[in-house]
Amino acid sequence: MTASSDVDATDETELDDADADERAADPDATGRPAEPLLEVDSLTKSFGGIDALNGVTFDVTAGMLTGLIGPNGAGKSTTFNVISGVFPPDSGTVRFGGEDVTGLAPNETASRGLVRTFQMAREFRNMTVLENLMVAPKAQVGETAWRSVLPGARGAVSDQEEEVFERAWSMLEFFDIDHLALENAGNLSGGQRKLLELARALMLDPEMLLLDEPFAGVNPSLESKLLERIETLRDRGQTFLLVEHDMDLIMEHCERVIVMHQGRTLVTGTPEEVQSQEEVVEAYLGGNVA
Amino acid sequence: MSDDATAGGPVEARLPAWAADYWANDLVKIGATLAAVYAVYLVIGALLGYDLSGQLNSLRRLTFLIVLYSIAALVVNLHWGYSGLFNIGVVGFMATGVYTTTMLSRPLQGQNPTGTLPGLGLPFPVAVVGGVLAAAAVGYVAALPSLRLRDDYFAIVTLAFAEIIRITVKASELQEFTVFGVTLGTGGGRGIRTYPNPVDEFFAGPGQPVVEAVSALGVDGSLVAGWAFVLVLVVLLAGVYLLITRLAESPFGRVLKAIRDDEQATLGLAKDTASFKIRAFIVGCAVLGLLGIVWQGSQGYVSPSLFIPQLTFFIWIAVIVGGAGSNTGSIVGTILFVGVVYLGPDYLRRLVEEYVSLSGSVPTFPGAVGALAGGDPQGVLLYTLDQTSTLRVVLTGVFLVWLLRTNPDGLFGDRREIASSIDLEDRVERRRARGDADGQEGGGSE
Repeated sequence: MTASSDVDATDETELDDADADERAADPDATGRPAEPLLEVDSLTKSFGGIDALNGVTFDVTAGMLTGLIGPNGAGKSTTFNVISGVFPPDSGTVRFGGEDVTGLAPNETASRGLVRTFQMAREFRNMTVLENLMVAPKAQVGETAWRSVLPGARGAVSDQEEEVFERAWSMLEFFDIDHLALENAGNLSGGQRKLLELARALMLDPEMLLLDEPFAGVNPSLESKLLERIETLRDRGQTFLLVEHDMDLIMEHCERVIVMHQGRTLVTGTPEEVQSQEEVVEAYLGGNVA
Repeated sequence: MSDDATAGGPVEARLPAWAADYWANDLVKIGATLAAVYAVYLVIGALLGYDLSGQLNSLRRLTFLIVLYSIAALVVNLHWGYSGLFNIGVVGFMATGVYTTTMLSRPLQGQNPTGTLPGLGLPFPVAVVGGVLAAAAVGYVAALPSLRLRDDYFAIVTLAFAEIIRITVKASELQEFTVFGVTLGTGGGRGIRTYPNPVDEFFAGPGQPVVEAVSALGVDGSLVAGWAFVLVLVVLLAGVYLLITRLAESPFGRVLKAIRDDEQATLGLAKDTASFKIRAFIVGCAVLGLLGIVWQGSQGYVSPSLFIPQLTFFIWIAVIVGGAGSNTGSIVGTILFVGVVYLGPDYLRRLVEEYVSLSGSVPTFPGAVGALAGGDPQGVLLYTLDQTSTLRVVLTGVFLVWLLRTNPDGLFGDRREIASSIDLEDRVERRRARGDADGQEGGGSE
């Protein structure tokens, strides 16, 4: 998003970008009704005898920062895993950009623009920070083995590598981790890894980002830095769905909030609406304080 | 050696024209190790009283093994070091290559003067291509169902696959069979004659004058063909090195490294990881097929007993010594493995025999212990030296323990080989230099 998308040779991605910009500019000016980007309908998923998900239904509107909250065990991470294709739901559907993506493999959902990060940062620890970012861009010609080997074809690979590098560098600068470019990702602090993971996900030019507890284990100063970046991106039209425990953070920064409890969606609405719901307070605080 | 390895980083960083010097630097490391091992063998040869021909032959055998093991080590490095594919079925793919080529190239029935097993009678180059493709195809079949498995389970599948191939080739049912009126066979447990070595044929025919010229210098003429073949193999090794280095230093190699570090996260970046793993595996298997063709095939005769898992494990030791993830490390590790562990015990025995006057033979352990109890240490020595192949395994263990205590990741394991077709360290430096200039002088000079 940040550093232009001139790297991606595919027309498809450029179209996606144009789309995203348009939506960001004015969601209703596209001529069609403001259709939600992500529609999750009645998902269920059980592991053995445990119903992890038991009727999860919500929408995410393009260009918004949506928060997904709920107590531990509410099924937030499972919801993420089902949406991103780590495992298929037992029933229910996931629609993304109007298409049914239920049960697609993670690489397929990601290539459609639905990109996630993980609760525990999953950096490529034996690779440099720069390589971590450069893995991500789609449709790199050098991913075809023979093109990377044959003398005639390798020139084109290197040309694109220069572009990918430039883009990765801008991304590193955007996240203020360019001084770590040649550091092995495994040597980074927990917070820096979170930045790295977000930066890496953004290298894919995602239409929507699913962030699983991006602030967990991040110190306050880094947290505000990360939040600032997320808001900047949101202002540029990036759509986010964010799992978070910190109620204050969610209430302050998200435009819409989805509350989950015991495997189902409880309430959806603006932070004010959600906060006023007694059942939310009960779910979170066990009903003792009200 | 370990000093060399750790000094690699700073040295490279200091060099301006990175790419060129990186190569030179790595070649220097390989060359220095090789020179050291050569020197040791020349000294041993001198101590054993070898003449020029003897020395040349000793070095030829050393180089022959180093080059062949190096090719295999590079493939293991591609599979394990770069892609995290634990292939311990290396010999299976080599066997596929050499047996396919043999069966394709052996003369048709009736056109075979020596009366040995007939084949399909295809021209040799076609048969070589066939052997390589067959190894690749077997690699594909092995990889397809098993890439869903985790590292260790995948390892078991590859080991099983190699054994299946060996036992299939050994089967008496396949010793000689007829399909569609064509008779061919694997030779079963008795083995099969392979194909003439084109290099040998050249020096037996048009190249005869060269052999004669060398003989006139007082050197054994048969060394000419031997060394010429080694040189051919060196060219092949250079090609494989280039192939695998280029694969590693590219977006393709970058995805492989990412898969090795975290496959789930790589999937999350829209990469079809199974496809990458299969492609990397197949490329490696094709090279192994070719390796089998030039290695075991060049000996004139193959039998299933050549393809026991032990060979695979020797190749793995070479990679572990060098450090998985580094092509240069794989080759340096192989030089040390072949020089110290593989051929070492044999030369050690000859040296002892030369300088310690030993007589007789003690073939059993009780015999040796009995002699020792009787105050005669010679028995133990004789017994130990009798067990060259066992000694090799013991020495391997000692060598590995010693090495891995000081270098847990192998000699080159701490080395960083950045996966890109361009020099990223250089690009980063330039960007930083530009940033500094901008900051201090308002973007003055670049």
